Amino acid sequence: MSVQNPAASKSELTLVSRETQVKEWLLAALFFSCAFVAVLGVALIFAFVGWKAWPILGEVGFGDFLFGTVWAPSDGSFGILALIQGSFVVTLGALALGTPLAVGTAVFLSEIATPRIRSFVRPAVELLAGIPSVVYGFFGVVLLRPLIGELTGSVGFGPLTAWIVLAIMIVPTIAALSEDALRSIPMGIREASYAMGATQWQTIYKVVVPAAKIGIIDAIILGMGRAIGETMAVLMLVGNAPQFFAGVGEPVSTLTSQIVMDMGYSTGTHRTALFGMAAILFVISMALVLMVRLLSRLRD
Amino acid sequence: MTPVQATSFHHNLPHSEPGDVKISVRGLNFWYSDFNALTGISVEIRKKAVTAFIGPSGCGKSTFLRCMNRMNDLIPGTRVEGTMLLDGADIYGQGVDPVDLRRRVGMIFQQPNPFPQSIYDNVAYGPRLQGVKKKSDLDGLVEESLKRANLWKEVKDILGRGGLTLSGGQQQRLCIARVLAVEPEVLLMDEPCSAIDPTSVQKIEDLMAELKDTVTIVIVTHNMQQAARVSDYTAFFLQELAGEPAAMVEFGRTSDIFTSPTDKRTEDYITGRFG
Repeated sequence: MSVQNPAASKSELTLVSRETQVKEWLLAALFFSCAFVAVLGVALIFAFVGWKAWPILGEVGFGDFLFGTVWAPSDGSFGILALIQGSFVVTLGALALGTPLAVGTAVFLSEIATPRIRSFVRPAVELLAGIPSVVYGFFGVVLLRPLIGELTGSVGFGPLTAWIVLAIMIVPTIAALSEDALRSIPMGIREASYAMGATQWQTIYKVVVPAAKIGIIDAIILGMGRAIGETMAVLMLVGNAPQFFAGVGEPVSTLTSQIVMDMGYSTGTHRTALFGMAAILFVISMALVLMVRLLSRLRD
Repeated sequence: MTPVQATSFHHNLPHSEPGDVKISVRGLNFWYSDFNALTGISVEIRKKAVTAFIGPSGCGKSTFLRCMNRMNDLIPGTRVEGTMLLDGADIYGQGVDPVDLRRRVGMIFQQPNPFPQSIYDNVAYGPRLQGVKKKSDLDGLVEESLKRANLWKEVKDILGRGGLTLSGGQQQRLCIARVLAVEPEVLLMDEPCSAIDPTSVQKIEDLMAELKDTVTIVIVTHNMQQAARVSDYTAFFLQELAGEPAAMVEFGRTSDIFTSPTDKRTEDYITGRFG
């Protein structure tokens, strides 16, 4: 502002109108509320599950609940170790089968497929995510179970059947996120590799995939979250016998499927134990999400 | 006006001995699908020399450079006509392996593009591809390559650090070291200095002068002063009309091109009348 010029003392710039200020504030408040509802939802579920599960510590005891080997509510035995093991057996097996399939799909889509092929393979993979899990379960029971029963000499309900179906179910999650990670790698890095006399395969597995490693691990962890939380398809396929893993064709049970099975009729300590299982699932999911967050910090 | 005109070889370009020529190009045409991007390019790239390609943006000099190590093969729909000989052997001959060709004809890009790996692993990449496994052999190659790229002193104590933590200019020299580790006979440089700071440009120009005794260098540059400073031979490319193929207007000794060009268009470009 110039002192010499008296005209300059009168500002020519328009002041912010009251109306604009209010509108801006309202919009900010609106978006804040949207975000707040999501946070509130998580907080409420967490509080509710925690509140309902808490008495288990007194009624059964932390050690007997978490590390107890017998789940027999009618006999007053509430050990969930076999169920935890079942959840991990089913999840890790599905990951072992599904990860190579999904990462392979991602590499194909990102590095090898021509735009035309990609334009119909990618939607097809995404479609897998849209199929209701009860349909997957049904498919497993009708098509896969008899085959696996014959193969393993059992009825066919058990980890192997669940692994195969669950592996297909987690492919879209892992494939889509891995493909994003691969595509975010700058083209220049691929060119540099080719320009040094690397083949396409060498470029993919020595440069591109290692560069996208953290994104791919992220994808696998999220796929794991999807698998460990899956309920309906698992319930229909694992056989639902709360016992320790005894073979790929022998029935097991998982935290999720056991909760669904018992939910309708349980009372008292039994009901509390189900909430305890839900709390354990919650903690596992939180741990997985935290791992993803830590990894993405590592990437930056 | 027809943009397709025969390249005018400079009046006093010395007659070349067969042994002097590293890459010989005759009547090269290049297509991106239906688009004829380059036409009638003929040039001889000399050994133990730096050859610069100059010309306005979009004149096909980078495209031509990428023909020399068949990087354009990676772009679907591209096509080459004419002959391009490396030590007398046709680069585009039937059954020639582009992967093997690229080991002999290395490339440096405009954007420094180190892999997101350690400095050591970046330089060891090429040798490892070729099956060098022994730690002591790799250590030796890494050190020697970094020394040749004038980067060793700056990084010898931080070889385990990520290549991307270096400055832009250092990254570009890391990329040069990475290529040198493969011991290419020819080094193609596609505007290697346009994305880095002036001090680093100086270092890379010095480096080119040192390297040209062992490696044949071809550089594409927008910067005419740079072409004048670093090169022994200069080729001027021009696309006279948008949509028409680009051609090489003039080729000769750098000193001649910059002091007494034979073609009016070269003179106009060099004196800054256009481009």
